[in-house]
Amino acid sequence: MSFIDICLQLLPGMAVTIEIFLITLIFSLPLGMLIAVGRMSKHKIIQYIIRVYIAIMRGTPLMLQLLVIYFGPYYIFGVSIDSSYRQIAVMIAFSLNYAAYFAEIYRSGIESIDNGQREAAYILGYNKVQTFFSIIFPQVIKRILPAITNEVVTLVKDTSLAFSIAYAEMFTEAKRIAAAQTSMLPFVAAGIFYFVFNALVAFIMKKAEDKLNYYS
Amino acid sequence: MKVLEMNHVKKSFDNVEVLKDINLHVEEGEVVSIIGPSGSGKTTLLRCATLLEQMDDGNMIYLGDEVVKSIDGKSTYKDKKSQRNALQYFGLVFQNFNLFPHQNVLKNIMGAPIKIQRRDKEEVRNQAMELLKKMGLEDKAKSYPCQLSGGQKQRVSIARALCMNPKILFFDEPTSALDPELTLEILNVIKDLAADKMTMVIVTHEMNFARDVSDRMIFMDNGVVVEETTPEELFNSDNERTRAFLGKYHDMM
Ligand SMILES: Nc1ncnc2c1ncn2[C@@H]1O[C@H](COP(=O)(O)OP(=O)(O)OP(=O)(O)O)[C@@H](O)[C@H]1O
Ligand SMILES: [Mg+2]
Repeated sequence: MSFIDICLQLLPGMAVTIEIFLITLIFSLPLGMLIAVGRMSKHKIIQYIIRVYIAIMRGTPLMLQLLVIYFGPYYIFGVSIDSSYRQIAVMIAFSLNYAAYFAEIYRSGIESIDNGQREAAYILGYNKVQTFFSIIFPQVIKRILPAITNEVVTLVKDTSLAFSIAYAEMFTEAKRIAAAQTSMLPFVAAGIFYFVFNALVAFIMKKAEDKLNYYS
Repeated sequence: MKVLEMNHVKKSFDNVEVLKDINLHVEEGEVVSIIGPSGSGKTTLLRCATLLEQMDDGNMIYLGDEVVKSIDGKSTYKDKKSQRNALQYFGLVFQNFNLFPHQNVLKNIMGAPIKIQRRDKEEVRNQAMELLKKMGLEDKAKSYPCQLSGGQKQRVSIARALCMNPKILFFDEPTSALDPELTLEILNVIKDLAADKMTMVIVTHEMNFARDVSDRMIFMDNGVVVEETTPEELFNSDNERTRAFLGKYHDMM
């Protein structure tokens, strides 16, 4: 099997990897904001629950979380799981996990904004929601973009963890082909794929950072 | 007519009384300066007046609207919505400007009048440009705060406050983050406002300026008003504490 053939065979897997990547971001970026708001809540119980949640998500391996979410319904509730649940389990596990990381990034960003900004907005009559969306959040974005980039790059590589529940993303496929062909080439192709993917991510994030560089 | 009336204001932080029964009355068109040593409670008083801090006791009336009532020895605030309405009475100029760094000068000034006061965009733009012209900054309309000097930033923040058409403007040490030359440009702006009969309360350490611009001066020490009188009388006061405080100033002359 030629390298080109291997790449072609990996193509559907690549699409799945990109899909995991995009769906995770679509859910975890907003969810992270919600969690960050809860984490900063004055309500002690909410704050405590969120803290425990974040601690678990960050303190245990994503692979383990993936297995728990995939097999949990069966082991705990005896619900039979069909293979279509794989995709859902991957999306849930990744989104919940990444939301926790994003939440902490948002929180540190929000807390780093000088309180004078809030006070100036208050005096000018902005309410809490207006202050957040027109004054605080735009400044937070600029500050946290480098940290977000780090997480996004990690996410690209983490998508390969979906192999642990045999979800047919690119890495799972590469492993399968490598075993079948007793060849290293699928892994080389996989490596190149992740590398290029991340180079693209880095490029886009750099563009975004440049775009926000109009003020300091 | 009184623009602002604060009576028997008390405020403690962690059981330390920072304001002890303060009265502050400001007539329309009046310029009142507040001076006093560090920690005497000047900022705290302004923060209470601008609703950034809640007072423990005392009342506060803006133009007949009793925003804070004193009931059974406790300050009772109107509901949040009425407090928000009360924000329309005043503006505040901060020591460190607090401009919004992600918005250009014009947006900083026009944001709240359009978004909060829901005024006509063209009308607000005209007023903003007029204010910038008055501040000598018409060429900076599209600049971002990070591209301005401290003095320019402070002039923008004054323009931002003025564009809300406040009935009274508070300044908390508007020049203490600035170099001496820049200080002068801000003090001149404030003098121009005084000439236009803007009602102002100014916390400052600039004694010459306070003396020039004020109709009335308040000397605070340790949470109380020690003396409240015209600049001439204050600078010739017999009061020991006033003399001791102004002594440092007299020595510098
Ligand atoms: N948020 C706060 N929490 C606790 N103590 C405070 C707080 N704000 C002010 N204080 C205390 O209240 C006292 C009065 O402070 P304030 O800032 O009003 O003084 P000031 O007259 O403005 O002084 P300066 O000339 O240095 O600005 C000080 O002892 C200060 O430490
Ligand atoms: Mg002060």
